[in-house]
Amino acid sequence: MTIRVVLPGHLRTMAGVSGDLLLEVDAPVTVRTVVDAVEARYPMLLGTIRDHVTKQRRPFLRYFACQLDLSHDSIDEPLPEAVVAGQEPLLIVGAIAGGC
Amino acid sequence: MSGVRVLVGTKKGAFILNSDAKREKWEVNGPYFAGWEMYHLKGSQADPNRIYASQSNAWFGQTMQRSDDGGKTWVTTGNKFVYDGVPGTHQWYDGTPHPWEFKRVWHLEPSLTDPDTVYAGVEDAALFKSTDAGETWVELSGLRKHGTGPKWQPGAGGMCLHTIILDPANPDRMYIAISAAGAFRTDDGGVTWKAINQGLISEYIPDPNAEVGHCVHHVALHPAKPEVLFMQKHWDVMRSDNAGDRWHEISGNLPTDFGFVIDVHAHEPETIYVVPIKSDREHFVPDGKLRVYRSRTGGNEWEALSNGLPQQDCYVNVLRDAMAVDKLDPCGVYFGTSGGQVYGSADAGDNWTAIVRDLPPVLSVEVQTLA
Repeated sequence: MTIRVVLPGHLRTMAGVSGDLLLEVDAPVTVRTVVDAVEARYPMLLGTIRDHVTKQRRPFLRYFACQLDLSHDSIDEPLPEAVVAGQEPLLIVGAIAGGC
Repeated sequence: MSGVRVLVGTKKGAFILNSDAKREKWEVNGPYFAGWEMYHLKGSQADPNRIYASQSNAWFGQTMQRSDDGGKTWVTTGNKFVYDGVPGTHQWYDGTPHPWEFKRVWHLEPSLTDPDTVYAGVEDAALFKSTDAGETWVELSGLRKHGTGPKWQPGAGGMCLHTIILDPANPDRMYIAISAAGAFRTDDGGVTWKAINQGLISEYIPDPNAEVGHCVHHVALHPAKPEVLFMQKHWDVMRSDNAGDRWHEISGNLPTDFGFVIDVHAHEPETIYVVPIKSDREHFVPDGKLRVYRSRTGGNEWEALSNGLPQQDCYVNVLRDAMAVDKLDPCGVYFGTSGGQVYGSADAGDNWTAIVRDLPPVLSVEVQTLA
């Protein structure tokens, strides 16, 4: 399946891409397998979305799709059909924070 | 023609400042990695085109960068920093045990002889080494496991290993410093370590002979006298004449002995520089005046260097890795401020000019002297 992924701007710059990523992902299509595919294609992003070892999502990032916040779901849950069909992207979103 | 390349890490990107040997006209390049905290950039002595950089932010964590062409282009290298074994606990601010957690790379120290070998000092404090140009990292865990690790605790900036010094005369000897654990030395290439904090006196530690717990801010060494170390501690400027086995105070006539940076003149092993900061509650220069202090006697007798620096309404800080010297003659001295200025002196500190004034807050300054 061809899955669409939207990255935060900083990670698009680091990966040298613009726009959505289009990635081939075998079933089951889950957060884990999609991020696996992102990291396999763009190894410079290893460790920037989730921990190298535990695969735990970095605290200031969240996963969204189809207007649903998937951040606290199991990363092995199947993603919505619209994502699997390539109609909707998996969004990896940086938390909004003004900071300094 | 010879020249200098100044590598500046800021809270919002990296900048590279270039000049010829006159050091009068400067070209400012950057920002590189715009929007990222660039804690440290440092070039290899063995290959000046090789530069390593630490890039991080709260959202995406730690990433590492390497340039093989003097900073024109960069490649992302490995960022897998995994502590050796079960890391255990150190002390938290309140004295309770707290698990060791990797947060960021504070300092990079390339090997003096091999461009592919580089050391990384990290928070929570540990020392990592790469022998493949930053692609993979292995912890030199003898430091963290040498026995006092459970007693280490963070300073206000975190429990960071911020200083790494490679002894140019002895490839097996290395010094590191941690806030707030103290200074340590290895004489066997990083396998075993010794705390070298005797003579340090810290008000908040009741035991004057405490092996660890001292908030060392920075340590510097001159290659011609590698047994002599200079230290800016939280409070107190210190000196050791025996590779850190014993320290004595050399604060002398400084207006305040709190500060972060300390560095040594490139050609005069007894000429040292500090930037006194008012106090640990007020992290800015005293009296609204930005002054570098220089001792030509290895400490105790200090002169204020202010020509060209702001002498009123100035309230900036200069962080621990934000001063460096070049190897030209006369020696050039450079430092960056929390206000985003990078100042340079082409005459060992007698006169200063702002190379650039309005960068983001400066975290680190390093200099490469180019043939």
